Amino acid sequence: MSNALVVQLNMLLAALILLTSFALLVQRRIFAILHIFAWQGFFLGLSTAIIGYATGVHHLYVSSLLTLGMKVVLLPYILYKLIHKLKIHREIESMINTPATMMVGIALVIFSYHLTAPIRQLSSLMTRSTLALALATVMLGLLMMVTRRHAVSQIMGFLAMENGLFFAATSATYGMPMVVELGVALDLLIAAFIFGIFFFHINTTFDSLDVEQMAKLKETD
Amino acid sequence: MHPFAIELLQLLMLLGLAPAFAGWVKVVKCRLQGRTSPGILQPYRDIGRLFVKDVVLAENASWIFRFTPYLAFGVTVLAGGIIPLISVDLPLAATADIIALVMLFAIIRFFTALAGMDIGTAFGGMGASREMMISSLAEPAMLMAVFTVSLASSSTSLTHMVTVMAHNPLMIRPSLAFALIAFIMIALAETGRIPVDNPATHLELTMIHEAMILEYSGRYLALIEWAGMMKLMLFFSLGIAAFCPWGIAAGGDPPDLALGVAAFIFKLMLGGVIMVLIETGLAKMRIFRVSEYLGSAFLLATLGMIAFFILE
Repeated sequence: MSNALVVQLNMLLAALILLTSFALLVQRRIFAILHIFAWQGFFLGLSTAIIGYATGVHHLYVSSLLTLGMKVVLLPYILYKLIHKLKIHREIESMINTPATMMVGIALVIFSYHLTAPIRQLSSLMTRSTLALALATVMLGLLMMVTRRHAVSQIMGFLAMENGLFFAATSATYGMPMVVELGVALDLLIAAFIFGIFFFHINTTFDSLDVEQMAKLKETD
Repeated sequence: MHPFAIELLQLLMLLGLAPAFAGWVKVVKCRLQGRTSPGILQPYRDIGRLFVKDVVLAENASWIFRFTPYLAFGVTVLAGGIIPLISVDLPLAATADIIALVMLFAIIRFFTALAGMDIGTAFGGMGASREMMISSLAEPAMLMAVFTVSLASSSTSLTHMVTVMAHNPLMIRPSLAFALIAFIMIALAETGRIPVDNPATHLELTMIHEAMILEYSGRYLALIEWAGMMKLMLFFSLGIAAFCPWGIAAGGDPPDLALGVAAFIFKLMLGGVIMVLIETGLAKMRIFRVSEYLGSAFLLATLGMIAFFILE
């Protein structure tokens, strides 16, 4: 593969990652959110592998495999099981004003573009232009955590944020050191388990995973 | 060939082929759904039948009601003179760029909505208000989608855009991919196809475009239907011109023109099949979901624009 083709493919994958973050932001069905998250992980893993191939930084292959294994297979599988156990797989989240959320998302993308403009000028890496989109993915994950009321979708927002951070590391410096990446991967796995325990607790205490319920202090109204 | 001759040829193609294209879409759709089709020539027969029928006009119809069909037809033909179908050497194309083209379609919609309300029936008003809601959401998205192509070719003139796009080296451009998806979504809404409107039914509760033109009959209805078919074809032509203009003739050489015509018809037929596949796969959505649908189209178009600035 020539360098120009690598850059183009990487751009396409970056655009797809951004698109999946927007899809996460506005998707109502829980299972659809899981699927989109898995796709995001897939695009991320692919992009990492391509950058690893083009730059010769071979430990990126390991992180790519880690991403594919963790974020495409393991985490969605764990969450899938959880959702089935909690019997919330048919739930459709009510959302306030989807178009407005989209507009805020677009504003965030433009904001991160401006934020990364100085870095883009200084950097000479072939992935420098995708940094803005990586930062936007982080911000969109954050926006998802803010706008959603359902505990599961907030967690998905968190995981999407992590995807964005990983992508930012790859685009800014061709990836974090191997040790850090392994640590983060392990953390994520542990986090998924802890989320599971918390989901169960929230569900048994409040009979729902809607975090609005947690604002109530008394048991009776 | 002289440029004016090309222009004339293109207009004749538009007028003559639009019903055939509408028929083709129907034939493919029938095939896909396992029904017997009325044949590709049915729209011609429909139009011919409507032209010989008498006009039934409401007593309180004003000049707007009688004027609108001619305006819709005339403006559509004018728009057809601006979009390059087979050759970029069009004298009329210099008169209007892509923004003016979107405005031309807006004029048709404005007058059709007025005509819908003119008679004072409930359906006309309902259809007009729905159409206005949809178009107010679709138009900004449409402009954003074509602006992305304008950015990529650094011009809003259609002929220039087509020339640049046709000679670009083949490469992966996420911005154009986003813009194309947005454009397809908007084109489905603007031409009144499923998932936004269903052109085949006259079901009171769901119709949008049909509700506005419900009171028309005879030659007026024929003109409006014909203009609608041309509009459908023009949206396809616009998509072809903006996103895949390969094969279009650069000048007036007869062999180039023949290739241009063949390429255009081939792409049009392919586009029709794709549209039928989309339509068959989707169900018509509730009208209150349309704002979300068009919001996503706007989002995609804007993302395309942003992707152009960030990535390219």
